[in-house]
Amino acid sequence: MTEITFREAITRGLEEAIETDESVFIMGEDIGEYGGAYSVTKGFIEKYGEKRIKDTPISEAAFVGAGVGAASAGLRPVVELMSISFSLVAFDQIVNMAANLRYMSGGQIKVPMVIRAPTGAGVQLGATHSQSFETWLAEVPGMYCACPSNPADALGLLRTAIKSDNPVIFAEHSHLYGSRGDVPEDYYEIPFGEARIDRVGSDLTLVSYGYGVHILREAADVMAEDGIDAEIVDLRSLSPVDYPTVVASVQKTGRAVMLDTARRNGGAMAEIVSEVQERAMDWLDGPIMRVGAKDVPWPYNRGLEQDILPNAEDVVAAAMRVITF
Amino acid sequence: MEQAEKPRITATGLVRPASNGSAPVSQSNNGFDASRAAVLSESLDNAELLRMYRLMLLIRRFEETCGQHYSLGHVRGFLHLYIGQEATGIGAITPLEARDYIVTHYRDHGHAIARGLDTNRIMAEMFGKKTGLSKGKGGSMHIFDAAQRFMGGHAIVGAQLPLAAGIALAQQYMETDVVTMVFFGDGATNQGTFHETLNLASVWQLPVIFFMENNLYGMGSAVGRVRHRGSDFSDAMGAYDVDVVSVDGMDVLAVREATQAAIDQVRAHGSPIFIEAKTFRFVGHSFADPGDQYRERSEVDLWRRRDPLVTYPKRLLEYGVVTESDLDDLSASVDAEIEAAVEFAMNSPNPDMSEAFDDVYA
Repeated sequence: MTEITFREAITRGLEEAIETDESVFIMGEDIGEYGGAYSVTKGFIEKYGEKRIKDTPISEAAFVGAGVGAASAGLRPVVELMSISFSLVAFDQIVNMAANLRYMSGGQIKVPMVIRAPTGAGVQLGATHSQSFETWLAEVPGMYCACPSNPADALGLLRTAIKSDNPVIFAEHSHLYGSRGDVPEDYYEIPFGEARIDRVGSDLTLVSYGYGVHILREAADVMAEDGIDAEIVDLRSLSPVDYPTVVASVQKTGRAVMLDTARRNGGAMAEIVSEVQERAMDWLDGPIMRVGAKDVPWPYNRGLEQDILPNAEDVVAAAMRVITF
Repeated sequence: MEQAEKPRITATGLVRPASNGSAPVSQSNNGFDASRAAVLSESLDNAELLRMYRLMLLIRRFEETCGQHYSLGHVRGFLHLYIGQEATGIGAITPLEARDYIVTHYRDHGHAIARGLDTNRIMAEMFGKKTGLSKGKGGSMHIFDAAQRFMGGHAIVGAQLPLAAGIALAQQYMETDVVTMVFFGDGATNQGTFHETLNLASVWQLPVIFFMENNLYGMGSAVGRVRHRGSDFSDAMGAYDVDVVSVDGMDVLAVREATQAAIDQVRAHGSPIFIEAKTFRFVGHSFADPGDQYRERSEVDLWRRRDPLVTYPKRLLEYGVVTESDLDDLSASVDAEIEAAVEFAMNSPNPDMSEAFDDVYA
């Protein structure tokens, strides 16, 4: 085990792919000479050259679509969006092209492409730069959606993403880049649709992904002081969702709180709560609670933004409601 | 040699033997010089000239037949017919090599037939059958045959342009000499993807041919009503330093000549080129559109007088490439092929219900 940052884990996964697979190349805005908006690809262009590391114009629709084309012609592009908020500009290419091509061609075309994108709010970027569209994209069939919460998962999931013959949305919460964690020395991959029990507990199940897992840990610590033993499930991918693991945990504890760092209304957990209550109704001791961001555009002001964001206190409050139900 | 005395068909029309030593006279004015035309006349033998006519007729009959079966309820969804534009598709696609890629829009049956895709399987796709090219999951607007490098069939206007740039990027990356040809209409030129892709192709010098089928109407909107420079695309590519070739889309040999030259250039130099073919659909935008709300009958009639299915065989006859009896035989063989395609489609099974869940993921 070595301790590295989340950023270093992504960087390692990308370097590994570039070095071992000739068909892998990276493209995006300012990923080359600038080194990437979050410095993930710093030094890459000097090391691997302009063929493998392509700076693009600010044309998200064109370069995401070009990624789909290159993938359909036999390459494995890793396309970086500077923010998942910018996916809106390329939505047609992501949904209609990347995700639909295989199905509407009757299986003739495969699109082995990864779209990496920083996601999440909390750094006062205002309404246009703070969104979490992995929750929208996770709904689209034909595509996977991975959303790691720590360096080891980031590396394992990225390896799977780049090797996948399907398009993958790889959502990296921007709060996580500097976070540290142990990464195994030996090679490993983490398949999509395999959730991880982050913390074993018996009183209630807390579910989230990405940065949300860190909020859950904080909430679980608070509850532990009151003698409440929470289990944390880290989904690791929103598409597919590992329902068996979530359901098994809920059947064990009888209670659940699910957290979106995206807006609560229409968030990923809206769907997951619905599915889990269908599968585990007989085991539930109370309603499955949902926590998420409040239903307004993201404000700039720090106080306002923090108020909109869900936090550990919100999770604990929701947990107390279901525990006292 | 007896052959030297025969009139030659060139890109710009039929050239009479230069018996008195004067320069050949071309019948249309597309800016091609006689030397290029002479080269083409050598490259296109009678069999190829006839093959092109057969494909044009095959498209026309295919489209008419689709229309009939739409009325019968066998073909559903949106049906956009290529009737009137046949010369453009055939002139553009027949000079491509098997290794070249084609990406197109939703008015795609003509391109599929021009590429030589299996008529039975295109028709079966129209009928939504399991034997269709996309197993009945694509429909009229989403015709694919990856083995023939026919990469769709795309139904969001202009969305196919970035895809084509990506395929061309892959060719550059893999250092092939494969050309990617992408079709789009005049309507697509107002999409952001059009401008973004032209810039990308220029910045990266991608081996792609942007082939615009300017049929003068984006659905019901005359190009002059929705585009600042109207139908004049001559300097549209100025900002991108992409060469523009304008060609008469109703003249199959002119289109073929222009496209062949473009293919040669792109294959040799790897940089993008833009072809504009002026053409016209004789029918409505889709089968739901009678096509008479937004254009004058007289305009349609004017273009119909240039119907390539009339003018081209007339030229072939006039200059002795074919006889009336050849044309009759050819017409009968096309009818038989279409009839067989319909029978194949009618007799093919629907997809099994379980197939709805196939092909979502690789």
